[in-house]
Amino acid sequence: MDLDLSAPHSMGTTIIGVTYNGGVVLGADSRTSTGMYVANRASDKITELTDNVYVCRSGSAADTQVISDYVRYFLHQHTIQLGQPATVKVAANLVRLLSYQNKNMLQAGVIVGGWDKYEGGQIYSVPLGGTILRQPFSIGGSGSSYLYGFFDQAWKEDMTHEEAEQLVVKAASLAMARDGASGGVVRTVTINAEGVTRKFYGGDTLPLWHEELEPTNSLLDLLSSSVPEPMST
Amino acid sequence: MVKMTDLPIKGGFSFDLCTRNQMLLEKGLQMPPFRKTGTTIVGLVFQDGVVLGADTRATEGPIVADKNCEKIHFMASNIYCCGAGTAADTEAVTDMVSSQLQLHRYATGRESRVVTALTLLKSHLFSYQGHVSAALILGGVDVTGPHLHTVYPHGSTDTLPFATMGSGSLAAMSVFESKYREGLTREEGIELVAEAICAGIFNDLGSGSNVDVCVITKGQTEYLRNYQLPNPRTYISSKGYSFVKGQTEVLSTKITPIQPKVETVGGDAMEE
Repeated sequence: MDLDLSAPHSMGTTIIGVTYNGGVVLGADSRTSTGMYVANRASDKITELTDNVYVCRSGSAADTQVISDYVRYFLHQHTIQLGQPATVKVAANLVRLLSYQNKNMLQAGVIVGGWDKYEGGQIYSVPLGGTILRQPFSIGGSGSSYLYGFFDQAWKEDMTHEEAEQLVVKAASLAMARDGASGGVVRTVTINAEGVTRKFYGGDTLPLWHEELEPTNSLLDLLSSSVPEPMST
Repeated sequence: MVKMTDLPIKGGFSFDLCTRNQMLLEKGLQMPPFRKTGTTIVGLVFQDGVVLGADTRATEGPIVADKNCEKIHFMASNIYCCGAGTAADTEAVTDMVSSQLQLHRYATGRESRVVTALTLLKSHLFSYQGHVSAALILGGVDVTGPHLHTVYPHGSTDTLPFATMGSGSLAAMSVFESKYREGLTREEGIELVAEAICAGIFNDLGSGSNVDVCVITKGQTEYLRNYQLPNPRTYISSKGYSFVKGQTEVLSTKITPIQPKVETVGGDAMEE
């Protein structure tokens, strides 16, 4: 096992954005990896661009941080010049322009989500390459591979806020269970007319899936409580 | 069989070996892998501020080049930065940002903030796309409170309550993950940092020698150079070492007089 601690930081990641009646819910895991080492087990991948627009980042940590910083700066100027809050479409397009025009040098897949008074809650997906696509929900990152089927079955139009939040948390925890590059905790951000709400779901609050064990403080507790089953073929 | 190359008649750099290296690469030779400089650097946030720690070994491949180097660099009186990676890169980038911070202080008339240092570092490192091999732990206390950040060679940053970097980071992180909690006192913070660095010193071949600690609180910074010396020199001759004249056998003697000074005759004196 060779740990390459000088490998660029990538966020293996699972990122999700869904619209509901009244706004959007963005969700992400919290693992940043350098090769096989987890450099940050509690990172915040949902970054603020403006009061009403946030972005979920996946891909190279450095590239997405720089893109977010530039877009935040451009949006700030744009808001001053426009005289009112920027729309989600403008924010997403600024991200798209940077991503597309520098496609050879960047490795960034993002989901831009927010709320504005013209179109309400919107989700825009800007994957590698710099396409921009508005969708009622979007998933991204290495963990998203495990969620396509899940969303096909579980997604429905016009959910309530609680339903959307539960869907995002459930989806993120399913992906984190199967994808090695995703893990840690689940963070969600809800954006609607009233404002922004951040929520945190620690590892012990997430549901357990097939063959996952209850978390314990020490493996010794596990051994003393019951004899583990022998592995079966 | 080594072929003797003639010394270049004109002097200056001979590019013969560069063309040879290029030819070898084209033939499929694997260049030797880039060697990471060994280091253990750590930082943690405690109730009144931040504590930074580092080992003191500088390596050149398998050889210890400096047994007691300083890896905790000054950025501002309230901000210090531990550096892992290529020593020249960490030294240069921290010096550069420290100067930029000073100019910024003159322009703004205020104490420097940690996020300013962070932004300057990350933009520089990102623009060099990872070729400036500096992995840093930046810590300090400013008007907005105590801050601890990690900065990676490609320009990404993380904000954490405790962090470790360098080849000994895994050993040090295991100590932090077991024993860190919020609201540590100053003594507890220093002890935990020293323990984490020691874990790196004893379990990582790239780290060694002594423990340096730096404690930053609101209004006061204490740089505890060589806080612990867990690797003393074990066998020292009590008699000392002395070399008596005549102890070394002289085989032959050749005396070459220095060239006589060149005398200029005539010419005008230099004018302002």
